[in-house]
Amino acid sequence: MSLELKNVEKKVGIETHIHPTSLKLEKNTINVLLGSTLAGKTTLMQIMAGLDKPTSGEIWFNEENVTGTKVQKRNCSMVYQQFINYPNYTVYENIASPLVITNVNSDEIKQRVGKVAELLKLSAMLNKKPDELSGGQQQRTALARALVKDSDLILLDEPLANLDFKLREELREELPKLFEDRDCIVVYATTEPSDALMIGGNTATLLEGKVIQYGKTLDVYNKPENLISAKVFSDPPMNIAEIKKDGDTCKLADNNVQWKSSVKIKDGTYKIGIRPHNITTYKEGNNSVEINGKVLISELSGSESLIHFTNGNLNWVSLSNGIQQKNVGDDTKLYMNTDEFLYFDQNNRLVNNG
Amino acid sequence: MNKTINQKAWFFVIPVFVLVAFNAAIPLMTVVNYSFQETFGNNVFAWEGTRWFKQILLSERFHAALGRQIAFTFIILLIQIPLGIGIALTMPKKGWGVPVCLILMSMPLLIPWNVVGAMWNIFALPDIGFLGHSLNGLGFDYNFTQQPGDAWFTTILMDVWHWTSLVVLLSYAGLNSIQPAYYQAAEIDGASRWATFRYIELPKMKKVLTLAILLRFMDSFMIYTEPFVLTGGGPGNTTAFLSIDLVKMALGQFDLGPAAAMSLIYFFIVLLVCWVFYNLMMKNEAQS
Amino acid sequence: MAKITLKDLSHSYLEKQNSNADWALRDVNIDWKDGGAYALLGPSGCGKTTLLNIVSGLLKPTKGSVLFDDKDITAFSPVERDIAQIFQFPVIYDTMTVYDNLAFPLKNRGLSETDIASKVKEIAEMLELTSTLNNRASGLTADGKQKISLGRGLVRSDVNVIMFDEPLTVIDPHLKWVLRSKLKELHQKINRTMIYVTHDQTEALTFADQVVVMHEGQIVQTGTPVELFEKPKHTFVGHFIGSPGMNILPCEIKNGEINFSGQKIQSHKNIKKSNFKKTQLGIRPEFINFSNNGIPVKIKRVSNTGRHKIIDTESNGENIKILSNSSTQIPSESAHITFNQKYTYVYGDNWIIE
Repeated sequence: MSLELKNVEKKVGIETHIHPTSLKLEKNTINVLLGSTLAGKTTLMQIMAGLDKPTSGEIWFNEENVTGTKVQKRNCSMVYQQFINYPNYTVYENIASPLVITNVNSDEIKQRVGKVAELLKLSAMLNKKPDELSGGQQQRTALARALVKDSDLILLDEPLANLDFKLREELREELPKLFEDRDCIVVYATTEPSDALMIGGNTATLLEGKVIQYGKTLDVYNKPENLISAKVFSDPPMNIAEIKKDGDTCKLADNNVQWKSSVKIKDGTYKIGIRPHNITTYKEGNNSVEINGKVLISELSGSESLIHFTNGNLNWVSLSNGIQQKNVGDDTKLYMNTDEFLYFDQNNRLVNNG
Repeated sequence: MNKTINQKAWFFVIPVFVLVAFNAAIPLMTVVNYSFQETFGNNVFAWEGTRWFKQILLSERFHAALGRQIAFTFIILLIQIPLGIGIALTMPKKGWGVPVCLILMSMPLLIPWNVVGAMWNIFALPDIGFLGHSLNGLGFDYNFTQQPGDAWFTTILMDVWHWTSLVVLLSYAGLNSIQPAYYQAAEIDGASRWATFRYIELPKMKKVLTLAILLRFMDSFMIYTEPFVLTGGGPGNTTAFLSIDLVKMALGQFDLGPAAAMSLIYFFIVLLVCWVFYNLMMKNEAQS
Repeated sequence: MAKITLKDLSHSYLEKQNSNADWALRDVNIDWKDGGAYALLGPSGCGKTTLLNIVSGLLKPTKGSVLFDDKDITAFSPVERDIAQIFQFPVIYDTMTVYDNLAFPLKNRGLSETDIASKVKEIAEMLELTSTLNNRASGLTADGKQKISLGRGLVRSDVNVIMFDEPLTVIDPHLKWVLRSKLKELHQKINRTMIYVTHDQTEALTFADQVVVMHEGQIVQTGTPVELFEKPKHTFVGHFIGSPGMNILPCEIKNGEINFSGQKIQSHKNIKKSNFKKTQLGIRPEFINFSNNGIPVKIKRVSNTGRHKIIDTESNGENIKILSNSSTQIPSESAHITFNQKYTYVYGDNWIIE
């Protein structure tokens, strides 16, 4: 089983919503579409589901061209950001609804609903109506409805966005487990890089209707092909600076911070991307380099400290473990872990991808 | 934004299409037919070209009727829109008062046009009607069947009674869709009651109000039954609005040609105003 | 500017109250110093918005009083209290320009045109809105609109307190960072009392000097982000703050020892006996280490979030989460773990035993 988009393009009037995209999703995978609002995540999902037709290109499912096939004829289910349930049905009836339509016999319905309800911790509230449930439980009901059907394709469009932080964390952790032994392809759209990392599987980074990179989530995170993909997949935002490389010495373009680098690239001007957690108030790794800065602001979250500082003409963000109290305007010394630097050439392509 | 393309949908439009053809397009074509010809009955027609149109457009009778019509519509809009908003603003937002007010408000809308006319006719009769009798009792010389001013006053009062509720209901729906945060923010910003109305309520009600004005314009511009039953266009021709005048010409005098031409002119005026309105509405939409 | 005192506040939305559950807010006592940055943190329905509305004067409390600088203002309207509030969804005056929006509160207070102009200019500069001053406010993006609502609070010099009701809900993740740091920066610049209501721990902890954690209408703990993280006074705080939250494990206290899973545990205080119905052990995932001996656990799942690894383990039917550096090697099937004694707490009926 696989879902393949072949050169799919979507135009509405003169606006291009999806630039030509080719993507192959394999069976038993969770695929995260990561990008900000209006990056094209929802459009892409609607094309996958058959709710929308691409302007050009083809969609193949199980080696079969399904480009024109309507959603009713495909075996897929979808969960939205808003908690969509039938308000005058009980939780049980809600979950059972996709089965009732397809004439599954009542014993089997009972058994399957029971199983899914247990998986999603809804067994105790099967007789309640959706409006008696909390937001988290309502979304669980919607998820249960999508799962009960044994769909080949399950599309989740920012399903956790409207939930409280803690509930989001809880459900995000359960999601991968729910799909572990199912024969289906899951697509999960989100704006939050942390969602992608927690869910794992594969990730496609999106920007302005283009798929920038697709691959195993950790690979995309650790080895972004280019600067755009790195920026999309970074929260807090990535630090980006110009550098000059001369022999094995690298140097920030606008001041004298320099370090030895074993990266095998030609001498010249590059950009580096440094994730905030690779700039810390303590040394990490064997090849760290000092950077001085003036503290702009420091934010403590109990277990971590975010220090925003200026160095040269740039504003930097650093993220350290523990409590690192700094006052605004203080001069401070931090360390950058040079092993974790991402080097990009003038075309914004990653060059140290070995 | 993401519409499914499905040509089969056109099939479902066919019944409406047929219906519209029978009750709008065909009668309209008949009227067009009449407007360019002279007929003496027995299906004998003579081509007249644009003669009837010229005649109507130049006739003082038509100018007077159109003037009366515009004045009437203008006056009732001027009264009903502010009054409707005002009533909607004072209506309760929750509790048992809501259904009571809503039912009271929809009552006048449920009464058939001709009944409204008959009701007000009796109500306003100077000798036995409650309104007429009371006014005379208070020392006003009131007689809507004899004095043009009184006839206008009664017709307008009747229309306000009949239709203000529609504006109220629409405004009320508009007001209820405003999130409480807006009121809270205005309160915190120290906005006066008037400023809250001017900068929050009115802008947020813009859509429903545009709709209300459009509906009231069309309805009042084409008003027939109520004034026909109430005053019959009188005294004299003082309350003969366009539609009443039209019927007089068509059925009273059997001038089918000029009447058909007049209906078409009438029709185009309504269409033109709606078009202008629609475009203004869309332009505002695009801006915000 | 003012010091804010909440005295014995309780509020109920019902006419009659029969049980604790009928109260949206119970026995709240708070002292907020002038010029501080505070946060109210809790899940939906915990009463935080009710409390906020009582402070702003949009709601009159059923019992208790609100004092600004020791003056009872419980009966005052929002205008009389001189406060500013920023809502979840940006509230702007659609028909006005950005300038008129910012000037609106000043116009209502009868300031002269020249005073208004200079004040609006200053605030626009601070919020980086100068270039849009003459645009219609309705054309701005969500974060721009939210800046305007913030600006309307900032232009007034008579404001006692600025309150934020989940102000970043509709903002995209990468802009959240920017706006949040901006808020913190503004607070340090203008030194006004600010109260920030949210369900998102990151927002609360990074913004505030003091965080009030609420649960079912009551305050469960007030403290600095560090205190809340390192020493939660209630199991709810342990669970709610931190990502993932604290491990809460059932334990027994007998023969002067704390027992979990057949092992003797050392906690931060020596506890010999307890009279509580339920005793529990609390230990954060950050403070658990793998070792050669200690509590035996089965490794169930490892998720790599790029920065960290989160390890799900099981011991005696209890799930224990462990957080470790992403470069740490994780034992494959079973392992032994030890708890950092300093951060191991015992809770009796959900409250810390000291």
